[in-house]
Amino acid sequence: MGGIPHDHYEPKSDGEKWLNKRLPIVGLIYDTLMLPTPKNLNWMWIWGIVLVFTLVLQIITGVVLVMHYVPHVDMAFASVEHIMRDVNGGHMLRYFHMNGASLFFVAVYAHIFRSLYYGSYKAPREVTWIIGMLMYLLMMGTAFMGYVLPWGQMSFHGTAVITGLFGAIPFIGESVQIWLLGTPNGAIAQPALNRFFSLHYLMPFILLGLTIVHVWAFHTTGNNNPTGVEVRRTSKEDAAKDTLPFWPYFVIKDLFALAIILALFVAVVGFMPNYLGHPDNYIPANPLVTPSHIVPEWYFLPFYAILRAFDQEVWLVIAVNWLTFGIVDAKFFGVLAMFGAIVVMALAPWLDTSSVRSGRYRPMFKWWFWLFAVNFILLMWVGARPAEGIYPYISLLGATYWFAYFLVILPLLGVIEKPNTPPATIEDDFNAHYAPKTDGAKPVANPAE
Amino acid sequence: MFRKLTLTAAMALALTAGQATAAELETEITDYDFSFEGPFGSFDQMQLQRGLQVYTEICAACHGLELVAFRNLHDEGGPALPEDQMRAYAEFYEIFDQALFDGEGDFRTATPADKFPGSSLSNAPDLSLMAKARAGFHGPYGTGISQFVNGMGGAEYIASLMTGYHEEPECALEGEPMDGFYNVAFAAGGFPESCKDDHGKHKVPGSWIAMSQPLWGDDIDFADGHSNDLENISQDVAAFLMWTAEPKLVARKQAGLTGVLFLTVLSVLLYLTNKRLWAPHKHKD
Repeated sequence: MGGIPHDHYEPKSDGEKWLNKRLPIVGLIYDTLMLPTPKNLNWMWIWGIVLVFTLVLQIITGVVLVMHYVPHVDMAFASVEHIMRDVNGGHMLRYFHMNGASLFFVAVYAHIFRSLYYGSYKAPREVTWIIGMLMYLLMMGTAFMGYVLPWGQMSFHGTAVITGLFGAIPFIGESVQIWLLGTPNGAIAQPALNRFFSLHYLMPFILLGLTIVHVWAFHTTGNNNPTGVEVRRTSKEDAAKDTLPFWPYFVIKDLFALAIILALFVAVVGFMPNYLGHPDNYIPANPLVTPSHIVPEWYFLPFYAILRAFDQEVWLVIAVNWLTFGIVDAKFFGVLAMFGAIVVMALAPWLDTSSVRSGRYRPMFKWWFWLFAVNFILLMWVGARPAEGIYPYISLLGATYWFAYFLVILPLLGVIEKPNTPPATIEDDFNAHYAPKTDGAKPVANPAE
Repeated sequence: MFRKLTLTAAMALALTAGQATAAELETEITDYDFSFEGPFGSFDQMQLQRGLQVYTEICAACHGLELVAFRNLHDEGGPALPEDQMRAYAEFYEIFDQALFDGEGDFRTATPADKFPGSSLSNAPDLSLMAKARAGFHGPYGTGISQFVNGMGGAEYIASLMTGYHEEPECALEGEPMDGFYNVAFAAGGFPESCKDDHGKHKVPGSWIAMSQPLWGDDIDFADGHSNDLENISQDVAAFLMWTAEPKLVARKQAGLTGVLFLTVLSVLLYLTNKRLWAPHKHKD
């Protein structure tokens, strides 16, 4: 499977040979677990394991929750409270599932920002990146539909806002919205709850399938690493100098990191399980009463800010509106910007023109990257603020930088920046941190890594 | 450097957790100390029983509690009434049972398996989840810091609402007369134009609420002789409603604590395993 030369599974006993001829499953597992992995990976390479764990956690808690949940507009809210009050351990199951969504997004954002900093998206790992982006989109869809299921005030009115986005598409929008909601008048009712429930159950399994493809893709190209330098593939011996097998070295390392993250996660679930949620969702859905501020969950806020940034007072929106003879109005422009923000991120492998992969050796890129990270948090904060006063201007500024980063800064930097020279091999980088004993001159540069 | 990123990610969580409402600066919520705050907090059984009495004698006249069953009053970690008292309490209620009278329905005496009745007034919301549904004053500036640091939540809101009734401010007397009652803790009610400045900003905290002042102090007598002034009974009923909203709070905090301790020990063991495993390759053996 992997392109890096290493020892493969050899069936020894007759039984193993018998099975291997018919189904080489032991070999597949062996090669997957023993994948040569760059030995200089730092602590930002642990999020993949966290994500796999969280997906499994969500599927298991979700499957059990479904045993008690009733997808009916009159009973959904009460059935969730039944889980919270009467089902054995139900309150923990439900809080794990609810906060598991937050853990999922903390991990996926860390994972994505790691890729953006170390250039993991660049050739030859574009396919891994694109599949990852698809998984991220699926995650967002799954999380949104899951939020609808308790049928509280925010579930209901959040659905109105999100499906309303599709309604903003010119010409076909209204039909699309009706098709999504399943009612002739576009009302949010039983059909919507049923189909969101069905899809919320289905999509995690598609995610699971895509996870396998995602892993397959980077097992073919090999992991990226903090230097961005490729593992030497000239011979098995050279490759072994740059790598260590995934088992046990990285499994144990990742499990250690996972244990710390889970300790924090369990603290949130145990001590403040509603901190990240919206209190209005403890009020049963009421179509006649709209909450004063409809705010999505924290992980959607940066994109919600981008959606709202482009109102009808922005000159670009006015210009586009005029050029398209009014077909692209402010609302549709906002929708395009929101989805466009993810599209330009998905195109990063082709927009980044730098010959050096890792941001560690790109003096100018570093500044723009950290500004991008700060901007992301700024957008997250402003997304939760009411669209009045100075906040729309902050949203607009943040949204503009988001697009500028991918469409202008990444392409230009490759031309104007003079990158530093990365180490020749991963082994050199590793030894610079952990000097061999014979070479006493080199100090341990960063014992934490 | 990526330590920085984790820090910013944690900050992002803290910063955006709260969903600010415009009302956050315009109400006065007192940060009362409740026994159930913090990782080691648990309900004060006597306080919950006093709160149940306040609910029964006053709130229940209009408000329902339809997610709570009478048997729950006997639960560990809650008011934990003795079983005979809980049964006697349930019999005090008449419940409408659809199954009676050949499906036409009729009233009968409640059993422990029944739930409290719903609200008797159409504009009086059910109180079962009120302490969780009103926990949303994430300030300042939507950062959620006051909730994170002080553990402020719906119980504080309820107690503040009970004690928040005041004389109408002078600015209100100048304009149109308002429906309802002025309350400094209430955000979602009517507000007179005469109390706004030129930018529409509120000059006084709170707004006008439809419910008249329910608690006055001295209107309840506790069997245990506990103080029955307004501050005290407000906190008692707030604590009781926190329990109705989150009856498994104590069990949850205990599970959380066990989980954190277990995972801390596990991560120390994994740290040592990892260190030993990598030592030969990091030339540290």
